[in-house]
Amino acid sequence: MTASQLMVAERLSRHFDASPSWLARKLAGTPRRILKAVDEVSFAIPEGATLALVGESGCGKSTAARCVAGLLAPSSGTARYRDTDMREVAKGRAGLRREVQMIFQDPYGSLNPRLRVGRTIADPLVALGIAGSRVERRERVGQLLREVGLSPADAEKFPHEFSGGQRQRIAIARALASKPAFVICDEPTSALDVSIQAQILNLMRDLQDQHGLTYLFISHNLAVVDHMADRVAVMYLGRIVENATREQLFSAPAHPYTRQLIAASPSAGAIGKRHEPMRGEVPNPANPPAGCSFHPRCPAATNICRSERPELRSLGDAREAACHHAEALA
Amino acid sequence: MPDAPLPIDRDSDGTVMSEIGQAPATSPVLSADQGPLVSVRDLVVTLNSANPVQLVRGASFDMAPGEILGMVGESGAGKSMIGTALTGLVASPLAITGGSIHYRGRRIDRLQGEAMRRLRGREIGAIFQDPLTALNPVFTIGRQLVETIGEHLGLSGQAARAEAVSLLAQVGIPDPQGRLDSYPHEFSGGMRQRVVIALALAGRPSLIIADEPTTALDVSIQGQVIELLRDLCARRGTAVMLITHDMGVIAALADRVAVLYAGRIVEIGPVAEVIARPRHPYTQGLMDSIPELGRRLPRLRQITGAMPRPDALPPGCAFAPRCPKVIEACHQAVPAFDADGPHRAACIRTDARVLAA
Ligand SMILES: Nc1ncnc2c1ncn2[C@@H]1O[C@H](COP(=O)(O)OP(=O)(O)OP(=O)(O)O)[C@@H](O)[C@H]1O
Ligand SMILES: Nc1ncnc2c1ncn2[C@@H]1O[C@H](COP(=O)(O)OP(=O)(O)OP(=O)(O)O)[C@@H](O)[C@H]1O
Ligand SMILES: [Mg+2]
Ligand SMILES: [Mg+2]
Repeated sequence: MTASQLMVAERLSRHFDASPSWLARKLAGTPRRILKAVDEVSFAIPEGATLALVGESGCGKSTAARCVAGLLAPSSGTARYRDTDMREVAKGRAGLRREVQMIFQDPYGSLNPRLRVGRTIADPLVALGIAGSRVERRERVGQLLREVGLSPADAEKFPHEFSGGQRQRIAIARALASKPAFVICDEPTSALDVSIQAQILNLMRDLQDQHGLTYLFISHNLAVVDHMADRVAVMYLGRIVENATREQLFSAPAHPYTRQLIAASPSAGAIGKRHEPMRGEVPNPANPPAGCSFHPRCPAATNICRSERPELRSLGDAREAACHHAEALA
Repeated sequence: MPDAPLPIDRDSDGTVMSEIGQAPATSPVLSADQGPLVSVRDLVVTLNSANPVQLVRGASFDMAPGEILGMVGESGAGKSMIGTALTGLVASPLAITGGSIHYRGRRIDRLQGEAMRRLRGREIGAIFQDPLTALNPVFTIGRQLVETIGEHLGLSGQAARAEAVSLLAQVGIPDPQGRLDSYPHEFSGGMRQRVVIALALAGRPSLIIADEPTTALDVSIQGQVIELLRDLCARRGTAVMLITHDMGVIAALADRVAVLYAGRIVEIGPVAEVIARPRHPYTQGLMDSIPELGRRLPRLRQITGAMPRPDALPPGCAFAPRCPKVIEACHQAVPAFDADGPHRAACIRTDARVLAA
């Protein structure tokens, strides 16, 4: 890994105990079940770049994001920010706390209902001791509210007085308050209408151009990912199955799963067309299929796919894929 | 400008009604087969305070049985508020202060307490924008489903559990049997949303208000939920009001779409029509700002400015201050619909009658 990598995740794993209660296990005779929500995930994000994380619901994107943010301890592996373990960063030890912020998937849960919005937005500034005077603080809050398309007067209101999309914008303003260098965005715009979404995405790209911000960007909207990302990592059942540049991934996807994901993406141009659903069911993550975990849904699966798990490997052109047949299928 | 009188949509006083379909008063009570399933007329929702503010300002539309009506529009335009009004959950300081809502020919906007509760769930199911508040964090997913199933279908014990498993399977939860005993926090965002959908389906309602049901979902589950809703509509004649900002989902799922801006419907029509030939400048701006796969622009196009706050609306057309096609007359009066057909926009710049005058 070169020195310019701002964030490096190395064999990051997070397991959950998904067993039924002890009594239920004894009665039914079922064994303990360990769910590998994130399983040996590695990636690096250079300073000033955007890595997008995509994949089906439940594949482990939010769990990976929370580990990367240092909010959740990994079961094994590390997430390092400027060569410092994220757990240390999150505890405020290395003085890097201000630089890392997270926008959560759920705009409802991430705002304190009892605090006025202005307080919520200024909170990180106060907590980090960079708040400045009362006037400065009010000005900064007003400026942030305008940037996300709200009005400075909204600082006096409470979260319940806002619509879903307005709350998400408040959460974004809060994340940007401390002028972070690295922002982990978990579905930042999926609660927003497309015109506000355009405004927020433009703002995020402007901030990146002006201040060299780095993003880990999670979204299920592939068109949004295409607009934001430099690289895209595709996750399936806790593992990265492809990691490529945006151009490579969307023009010539290497993994059959990536190809299906792109084909299933709904678009406004597809009026009345029957939606192309993904083939097959998402397997139970607590009991993933042997071999390549995608093989039951893969049109190109052969015997080796059923028995041997493909490792993520370089395909020679800055692209990695975990598929036995990646070259043959290209 | 003392020129030709503009067609004015006087909403709450009821002098001029922008009728869509037939007025509910003419449809005989309980002849559910012919009349619309839902009929909303000039609905006004007000935030009561020292200076009351109208958040929904005269919305009118009908829904036929089995129809999927999409609702799109600016964040804060009042989409969720209309959904809340249909489910009878408007609570103080908010209140319905004008217009009417009829369901199967029966007026429901004044129903209270038990009568409304019975209607909700059994007849009208709701999937809310916020999956976390719909689920109780201290009870398992299975317990919440079984309870709802018991309430609506009168099933209990093994039968209720089996129904719960089947509902979870229908919304694409892997290993539904094994996940009955999980708590909400053990599910991913998208899985929780699917549980909320399962809960809304439990009572087998005839009308589902789905507020951003697929926002938290990735494309494949979205596809599955879309198929599920479409199948329900076709098979059981369930009507769905689908509130979303995702035009892709609207295109794939809805029959008609209504576009909301600052508390009013500014355009309504068959989906293919509205997407291919949007008439209202706001709808056009909305369509232009959608990012498209495989066509990355340096910047996404965005509509300049912001939607006015509901307590500081400009006179005339609320979109006028941001509109690229604005003329003086736009500031004079709230525009009425420009046509009588199924596709209509509330804009004087597209209204042949006004342009000719
Ligand atoms: N309880 C409340 N008290 C005061 N104002 C409210 C309340 N709930 C909503 N509002 C306001 O009412 C307006 C309409 O809100 P609504 O939730 O219907 O918007 P929406 O169209 O669903 O937006 P979104 O797409 O962001 O969910 C907004 O301006 C919002 O700020
Ligand atoms: N606290 C927890 N306890 C047990 N299992 C959990 C917990 N948190 C997450 N999981 C499980 O880990 C898996 C991954 O969840 P995660 O929230 O990371 O998914 P995701 O990719 O973000 O999905 P979505 O797109 O739906 O948000 C899921 O199967 C989920 O049920
Ligand atoms: Mg998630
Ligand atoms: Mg809403």
